[in-house]
Amino acid sequence: MQRFSALALLRHGLGRHQGWKPQWRNAAPKPSYDAIIVGGGGHGLGAAYYLAKVYGIRNVAVVEKGWIGGGNTGRNTTIIRSNYLFEESAALYDHALKLWEGLSQELNYNVMFSQRGVMMLAHNIHDIQVFKRHVHANRINGVDNEWLTAEQAKDYCPPLNIDPNVRYPVLGAALQRRGGTARHDAVAWGYARAADALGVDIIENCEVAGIRRDMAGAVAGVETSRGFIASKRVGVSAAGHTSVVLDMAHVRLPLESFPLQALVSEPVKPVFPCVVMSNTIHAYLSQSDKGELVIGAGTDVYTSYTQRGGLHIATHTLEAICELFPRFRRMRMLRNWGGIVDVTPDRSPIIAKTPVTGLYVNCGWGTGGFKATPGAAHLFAHTIARDEPHPINAPFTIERFRDGYLIDEAAAAAVAH
Amino acid sequence: MLIIRCPYCGERPELEFAYGGQAHIARPLQPSDQNDEDWNVYLNLRANPKGWHSERWRHIHGCARFFNAVRDTRTDHFLATYKMGEPAPEVPST
Repeated sequence: MQRFSALALLRHGLGRHQGWKPQWRNAAPKPSYDAIIVGGGGHGLGAAYYLAKVYGIRNVAVVEKGWIGGGNTGRNTTIIRSNYLFEESAALYDHALKLWEGLSQELNYNVMFSQRGVMMLAHNIHDIQVFKRHVHANRINGVDNEWLTAEQAKDYCPPLNIDPNVRYPVLGAALQRRGGTARHDAVAWGYARAADALGVDIIENCEVAGIRRDMAGAVAGVETSRGFIASKRVGVSAAGHTSVVLDMAHVRLPLESFPLQALVSEPVKPVFPCVVMSNTIHAYLSQSDKGELVIGAGTDVYTSYTQRGGLHIATHTLEAICELFPRFRRMRMLRNWGGIVDVTPDRSPIIAKTPVTGLYVNCGWGTGGFKATPGAAHLFAHTIARDEPHPINAPFTIERFRDGYLIDEAAAAAVAH
Repeated sequence: MLIIRCPYCGERPELEFAYGGQAHIARPLQPSDQNDEDWNVYLNLRANPKGWHSERWRHIHGCARFFNAVRDTRTDHFLATYKMGEPAPEVPST
């Protein structure tokens, strides 16, 4: 692997930057692997990386139907936080946040992780009560979160309108200072490059068409558009298409897939210092290092696999942003797109074994999977390597829906589903 | 925004409707006979097909009545909408 450093930059600069090599090989599938990961997003690539790095399983393939990071990894609004209510969730998301804090060094790849703070706005008494409960629960669980008055919120984010005479005035906010953003493409590329260097084959344009099982019912490999690939361990990390993939093994999961939209504005000078989210009137935004406002809209009300969404959903979000941040009223939006998110009944993910021996699943992240990328990838790798969950993801089973051990984070998932 | 044909009122914009999830799920007649797995299937497991999907809608800002629809989740194209109690139409084999 070509390591990136200031010295390497200088050296290649002297060679007019002609000496850079591709960051990962264009691998063709081998006949068999020790483990196959289905889905080349951040979660899948990260799982392959941790399998090779932490668990010593290097004969691994990542199969991706499109290109690396072209699904939800490249479509989200890059927000990272861990201020979830329940202790199971706090442990899960804070595990991810701690890995984020060292990820650029770990991968020798600048993922542009920026802990600029995530501020969630309260607009009514109920919001205040819920957010204060979150603040206290988070602090008991060792997760930073603090309560701000409206004036303190405005100090932290000057563009914010705290005029009490609007339809949904800002009454206060919960601030997680360790939260922030990262560049989502770099996360996929960084994991792909680091996994490739450890021997992982990254196979793009390779769509899974079936899951083959042996006489005993255990996984034997995957049928793909590039032929059969044998493996006794298959981990599915396919986000919105998880139901489609697992249907090939006749495994039913409590998932529904919805389109979720995001949009970006024209780039402007730095005007927005943090991430602001408003669950109640449904707006969330940050500013990328390129200068675009990155805006998250809501899900459509109906299940769908179309990677777009209703215009009225985006309009609703922009109306909220115009009220909260009047200075953005004349901003022009450049691009608008959708991704397919898989939502569970309790809005918490599943990282678990399935009823099929050798088949594992990491899914159900709904609208908030990006923030968990390193943590989910690590825990999924552990589950695949050891054939049992890590203590952190042990509560996030499929069986919890049958047994009634729900982890109900509907209030913490920022997007009203 | 989808244009949805209410079987009672005709074509109206999606904003007049509420979504009701998968159609044709019957509540168990004898709840006490159900075990945990039966309840899991009834409460949590939903068809999530990439293709034709039978689903409920409610014309909440119109006649307020529930009805069923068959829609292709790959394109959001409606095959048909039909009244509660009517059988689901045949869906194309794709």
